[in-house]
Amino acid sequence: MADTELTGAEIVVRCLAAEGVEHVFGYPGGAVLNIYDEIYKQDRFQHILVRHEQAAVHAADAYSRSTGKVGVALVTSGPGATNAVTGIATAYMDSIPMVVVTGQVPTAAIGMDAFQEVDTVGITRPCVKHNFLVKDVRELAETMKKAFYIAASGRPGPVVVDIPKDVTQHSCAFHYPETISMRSYNPTSKGHAGQIKRAVQMLLEAKRPVIYTGGGVILGDAAAQLTELARLLGYPVTNTLMGLGGYPSPDPLFLGMLGMHGTIEANMAMQHCDVLLAVGARFDDRVIGNPKHFQKEARKIIHIDVDPSSISKRVKVDVPIVGDVGHVLAEIAKFAQAADHGPDQEALKAWWAQIELWRSQDCLKYDRASPLIKPQYVIEKLYEVTQGDAFVTSDVGQHQMWAAQYYKFAKPRRWINSGGLGTMGFGLPAAMGVQMAHPGAPVACITGEGSIQMNIQELATCKQSNLPIKIILLNNGYLGMVRQWQEFFYEERYAESYVASLPDFVKLSEAYGHVGMRIEKPEDVEPALRRAFGEYKDQLVFMNFLTDPRENVYPMIPAGKGLSEMILI
Amino acid sequence: MRHIISIMMENEAGALSRVAGLFSARSYNIESLTVAPTEDASLSRMTIVTRGSDEVLEQITKQLNKLIDVVKMQDLSDGDHIERELMLAKVKATGEHREEMKRIADIFRGRIIDVSDKTYTIELTGTGAKLDAFLEAIDPVAIMEVVRTGTSGIGRGDRVLKI
Ligand SMILES: Cc1ncc(C[n+]2csc(CCOP(=O)(O)OP(=O)(O)O)c2C)c(N)n1
Repeated sequence: MADTELTGAEIVVRCLAAEGVEHVFGYPGGAVLNIYDEIYKQDRFQHILVRHEQAAVHAADAYSRSTGKVGVALVTSGPGATNAVTGIATAYMDSIPMVVVTGQVPTAAIGMDAFQEVDTVGITRPCVKHNFLVKDVRELAETMKKAFYIAASGRPGPVVVDIPKDVTQHSCAFHYPETISMRSYNPTSKGHAGQIKRAVQMLLEAKRPVIYTGGGVILGDAAAQLTELARLLGYPVTNTLMGLGGYPSPDPLFLGMLGMHGTIEANMAMQHCDVLLAVGARFDDRVIGNPKHFQKEARKIIHIDVDPSSISKRVKVDVPIVGDVGHVLAEIAKFAQAADHGPDQEALKAWWAQIELWRSQDCLKYDRASPLIKPQYVIEKLYEVTQGDAFVTSDVGQHQMWAAQYYKFAKPRRWINSGGLGTMGFGLPAAMGVQMAHPGAPVACITGEGSIQMNIQELATCKQSNLPIKIILLNNGYLGMVRQWQEFFYEERYAESYVASLPDFVKLSEAYGHVGMRIEKPEDVEPALRRAFGEYKDQLVFMNFLTDPRENVYPMIPAGKGLSEMILI
Repeated sequence: MRHIISIMMENEAGALSRVAGLFSARSYNIESLTVAPTEDASLSRMTIVTRGSDEVLEQITKQLNKLIDVVKMQDLSDGDHIERELMLAKVKATGEHREEMKRIADIFRGRIIDVSDKTYTIELTGTGAKLDAFLEAIDPVAIMEVVRTGTSGIGRGDRVLKI
């Protein structure tokens, strides 16, 4: 077949279609007008017009988190690109596969301080998996192919493709490569067999085992393999904030989330285990706290990760296994099943007895008799009303931690939050991306009055694109997480953490054409949620829950402390 | 410990800044960095001299390998290798300095490659330590200008870095 001559703009659109892209989140501007003109003419994918480029990138990111596909965002040069940076960094920190196409000034204008020129490749370099500046239309199709390939393979991440305006005008023969191979990039997929056997042996000899898993299990679609292995061995499992849903939370083997706001049983088991199987997790500061304290107890560590640089970065590992986590977990299960002996049942029984003792402290208890709405209660009711099966996005702060602690995620890709960068303003645009990917599915955005105001303009996008998101605002009147730190560590000097002059959120929602509710009493929580997910199923409902302003997130490990140094309620 | 890392990377615009950016973002130390294309114009070869504990070096190696443009790399200090640096030193060559400079340059097997009535420009190659030793051997007040390339390195014998 003879290759047809197409313009760069047509090529961009054809490449996206060839990649099977169905949704592109974006915002137009001068440098991308040619691309937008081609979008206008095509019907292969839908473009969702946001109200701020940061939101386009978060939406594309969450679209990916909830589906496993590569998210796509399109923004213009200069301010379009700089507005996108927070979104790109957010995706980078959580290893989310995404392609962000940015417009650039014409090649001849680059370096001339042209109108709306920024060095996008330079600005984004530290927060992308890779980026490209396409200076010749003949390289465009192959670059797009590489971008999708790099974004999705190995340890995933965002890739930026910066395209000067003249490149979108020039034309050349179009051919989209079906596959691509790069001599400089060959991610490992299969784990080393010898290491896997060593791991199995170590696991079967364990007296106090723990399986600790992170976002890598979600990204690697390995929840089934993890569940099978954990049940085969009968070993306790804990998930990081990013790993929730990797193992079904309601299951008795599940110890809850670990880390700064993890449960007693998860943190103590992590600290006192003798064999630790770490899967797609990176021992970061919010998870193990102080690495010196963590290393005070002797334990053997097996670490499975697709990215070798995650291994032995903060904590020395005994058995490193680089590879696709799902594949390696399945291999471990296979060898464990074939082994001549199973786990040490007696030791395991004693270990579980110890864990149950920690668990019996019921560290997530809270005052259920309070006349004020407790934020934890709202999440519990949300869990009940949605039968644990909603997609839940969140912003950053106390509400995020309560969502993680009290919504018992049973499936992967249901819990969507900015764990690595901790980006306030993520929640609402993320919910848009999720709802676009899953029309008809219940999508809840749990947020705070600080966070929601960081991207509140997206209520207009939700109206335009008919996105019936349920916004659960846990309104404590404070930048709650900041207030909590000030209460604990700054002798209650609440510097700038009280958010005065809140808008009337009900009126605001109505002004955008949505349903608004204000809920002030505990007994009104459940009925409000039922109406939102029932009667108003097809509309965006903004629920402003006035919650106890002084509630704190417990347990808490102060920054720099160790796993067993929790502050309890 | 001091390490010499040799990197073969795609000769693409921006490749150098990816490596330099990685070192600054993760606060790894760079003592010197040299880069130039190779006999294969699509590849460039970079030599970085850095210092760090074994753990830091392990991370540096892994992070460099993670850069998409890096085709291959090697820690030359892991085995037998040769390292060389080129220095151009402009020194005062008046009065008693004139003879003295020539004598020291000879001892270090340097070559005087430019002469004026007041100055010599001396070319010297060797390990970084040898160049340091030369600078220590001459009278510091005589030094007018020093330009060093930074270290380049290569494995000994049949130890090669090739794709
Ligand atoms: C963009 C951004 N700016 C600042 C912060 C620091 N920060 C973390 S939590 C928090 C308070 C969040 O307040 P709110 O959204 O009201 O949630 P709450 O903690 O009250 O539940 C702040 C300011 C952040 N994470 N992101």
